[in-house]
Amino acid sequence: MNSQLNSQSAPLPSAYSDYLGPAVPDAWRTRLDPALESGEKVLASLVLDLDSQLHFRNGLVALTNRRLIAWSEAGETWQSWPFRDSQSLRHKDHAGVASLDLVDVDGKLAGWRFTLAQDPAARNLADRFKAQLECVLAGRQPQPPEPLTCPTCDAPLPPGTDECPTCAREIHTPPSTWTLFRLWRFAQPYKKQLLAGFILTLVSTAATLVPPYLTMPLMDEVLIPFQNGQPIDSVKVMTLLSGLLVAAVFAWGLGWAKTFILALVSERIGADLRTTTYEHLQGLSLEYFGGKRTGDLMSRIGAETDRICLFLSMNLLDFATDVLMITMTAVILVSINPWLALVTLVPLPFIAWLIHTVRDKLRYGFEQVDRVWSEVTSVLADTIPGIRVVKAFAQEKREVARFREANARNLAVNDRVNKVWSVFSPTVTLMTEIGLLIVWGFGIWLVSKNDVTVGTLAAFIAYISRFYTRLDSMSRIVSVTQKAAAGAKRIFDILDHVSSVPDPATPQHLPKVTGAIEVKRVGFRYGNRTILRGVDLNIAPGEMIGLVGHSGSGKSTLVNLICRFYDVTDGSIRIEGMDIRSVPVSEYRRNIGLVLQEPFLFFGTIAENIAYGKPDATREEIIAAARAAHAHDFILRLPQGYDSLVGERGQALSGGERQRISIARALLIDPRILILDEATSAVDTETEMEIQAALENLIRGRTTIAIAHRLSTLRKADRLVVLDRGQIVEIGNHDTLMEKQGAYFRLYEAQTRKLDDDAIGGEPRVPEHREHASA
Amino acid sequence: MSQQNLPLTRNSFGHLMFTDGEGKAHLITPVRAFPIAAPAENIGLINSDGEEVAWIERLTDLDEAPRRLIEEEMASREFIPVIQRIHRVSSFACPSTWEIETDRGATSMVLKGEEDIRRLTSPALMIADSRGINFLIRDRYALDAHSKRLLDRFL
Repeated sequence: MNSQLNSQSAPLPSAYSDYLGPAVPDAWRTRLDPALESGEKVLASLVLDLDSQLHFRNGLVALTNRRLIAWSEAGETWQSWPFRDSQSLRHKDHAGVASLDLVDVDGKLAGWRFTLAQDPAARNLADRFKAQLECVLAGRQPQPPEPLTCPTCDAPLPPGTDECPTCAREIHTPPSTWTLFRLWRFAQPYKKQLLAGFILTLVSTAATLVPPYLTMPLMDEVLIPFQNGQPIDSVKVMTLLSGLLVAAVFAWGLGWAKTFILALVSERIGADLRTTTYEHLQGLSLEYFGGKRTGDLMSRIGAETDRICLFLSMNLLDFATDVLMITMTAVILVSINPWLALVTLVPLPFIAWLIHTVRDKLRYGFEQVDRVWSEVTSVLADTIPGIRVVKAFAQEKREVARFREANARNLAVNDRVNKVWSVFSPTVTLMTEIGLLIVWGFGIWLVSKNDVTVGTLAAFIAYISRFYTRLDSMSRIVSVTQKAAAGAKRIFDILDHVSSVPDPATPQHLPKVTGAIEVKRVGFRYGNRTILRGVDLNIAPGEMIGLVGHSGSGKSTLVNLICRFYDVTDGSIRIEGMDIRSVPVSEYRRNIGLVLQEPFLFFGTIAENIAYGKPDATREEIIAAARAAHAHDFILRLPQGYDSLVGERGQALSGGERQRISIARALLIDPRILILDEATSAVDTETEMEIQAALENLIRGRTTIAIAHRLSTLRKADRLVVLDRGQIVEIGNHDTLMEKQGAYFRLYEAQTRKLDDDAIGGEPRVPEHREHASA
Repeated sequence: MSQQNLPLTRNSFGHLMFTDGEGKAHLITPVRAFPIAAPAENIGLINSDGEEVAWIERLTDLDEAPRRLIEEEMASREFIPVIQRIHRVSSFACPSTWEIETDRGATSMVLKGEEDIRRLTSPALMIADSRGINFLIRDRYALDAHSKRLLDRFL
């Protein structure tokens, strides 16, 4: 069956004229082209990144208009399979590896393995193989294929690639290391205040440099002449002293103004940063929240923004002042005496080097400290909501041990950082002392040679003692900058995360929604697990669909895809004939009412909770919705009626009561499409009856998709869709599916059997489906 | 422990077939219950309906022939490359591209976020890349110094 190929015919450029999909890499072209027969056209290709033993090794499978050819690793030659009847390509994936098998009726002819990165190319190859094979066998001319679209954003892909340029960039570009500079985006609105702050800093720093300068005349023109027997010139003394006072007062006033203005600005930048991050977070898909821990997200928004704010208002300001002061001092020193200035400045590069070397070590350390710290909070966020389970299983000690362990790790990491950090400060102080020593020594020598006056030396000492203390405080900027940069990075990690359910670039707007939904060849993969594949379903306006299947069969996933909490991996979901990805997310969701298994009530009044989806609802509307949801009566029984506080810190409500409030919430927005995700599973059968009555009001006239574990709850459904391992296995109403004796029948039997068993053990009860079965 | 012989064969499509006590043939897939903690123990043979048709306590209890079939099948399905060395990372901020050496050859992977590095029972780590491949680090303390230093920046 496999024929060895000789390289003889030179390929024509037209060999790729019908080519579609990711381009064949040049390295492979040199091998593939000679293998082609004259007039043969390459239609699609698949670059393999794994070999049959699942080692990372390259290979190639190519589809031509005549056959399938593949590079054989063992023989170092091309193998080829000309088109034959009953051949097909089977495409599967499991745990991150996909496979493509060429089979016919007798068995497997060949198989290839590759990672999911090559999946779109494989799908393309398999599709084109099928089309081409049919045409060749029937002797027809093949139809030109549709151009490929990006599986993420549905935009057409540029020819010759399998990656959407926008989506690929989001995945592969790391954020810049100059993270802190990105904060400029938040500083921009406060440009004027920042400029004012800068000028004030400049002037106030200059003012603080005046007093040491005045020590020079004070020494040389007052004190030394006095020692030499001249009387003190009191006018001069008064002038100099008042100069000192004015400079000090001036520096105080300016310093106050600059600190105030800059603190004000940084506080606002911090607030903007917090709000923007939270806003962005709300826009992210459920996929993001699924992978993050609540404690970690909370600490990022709270603590990190606070740290950045502190950095901007205190540390950065101090640093800027320090740099200014050092520059100005250097200029003054040089203007007084260049030689002495040179000696004074000698330790500076050395200290700068010290700062630099410690920087890397500390940054790494502080990043770790941060991470360990959020680990500690994560333990809290994990166990406090689950406290009932912890107590029920008497695992308090273990949880404390877990916390202690996280804390111990925190200590260990902190100790390591502190080891470096604690050496750092004293070293800088030592440098300062040595620097002073050098200046004294050199200064005394210069004075002895009458090169400088005693006053000049005194001024130098006064300047550099300030100068070096600034260096000391400047060295602190290293750690705080690193801390702030680590914090900024974690904030920008959130901000850089692009929602996996993006709003379309050119949004289209929905016409009046009737509730028609079309699910077309939908596939969905989460991580490396394929959850749905090839799901086709047309839902008519006003129809009620019941989704049935074992847990893990993909029911909830399908519903999540219809709500667009996630985006499909393959295929599309259309509403009123429009792809839901082309409609703005919020506009689309406005048409969907959702009732979940665990109704979540926010802290607030019942009225606020009912009006959550429509905050401007009138009281009458709220009451009408509550009545329709059969919630009105029990709400009135509460002491504060509709004003009763519910939610985490509020009134305790039963599961059924909470569910009815959430039904009222869904009713109030009057959605065209209604999704009931196990809406009655969490309650007992009696409460279920009450909720059922409420649900019937809700369902009327709306397209409804209901998931229920208890099949009896779905007896009103127009059609039942049975899912099994990500695929639709049966569609039909209860009666037809029962007659068919297929998957639904088995599910139903299993449940009634269980009910009967319950009935024998407990109180006898009539299964609710009986009436339906006899109807 | 007596040696166990399982009625296993491979059909022409390359699928494993298991014949149960009633002589019924099942198309089966071997699945490890503890792929990381105890890979050679507790293996279930699952049929195409997802039901378990046989259970193997320990692979070593099996005869040579069925054991080889099961091992082959699992080797061709399982794909958890073990990272042996990290050569280079493109940046310490995610997403970051790593050049790595695994037991299945050299490759590169894109780490989307630090949370994709999962701590298994210490000292093992599981790293999921952007393609959905899970990479395993059996003992993160046993890596060479260079790899350890790079890895530490992400933990």
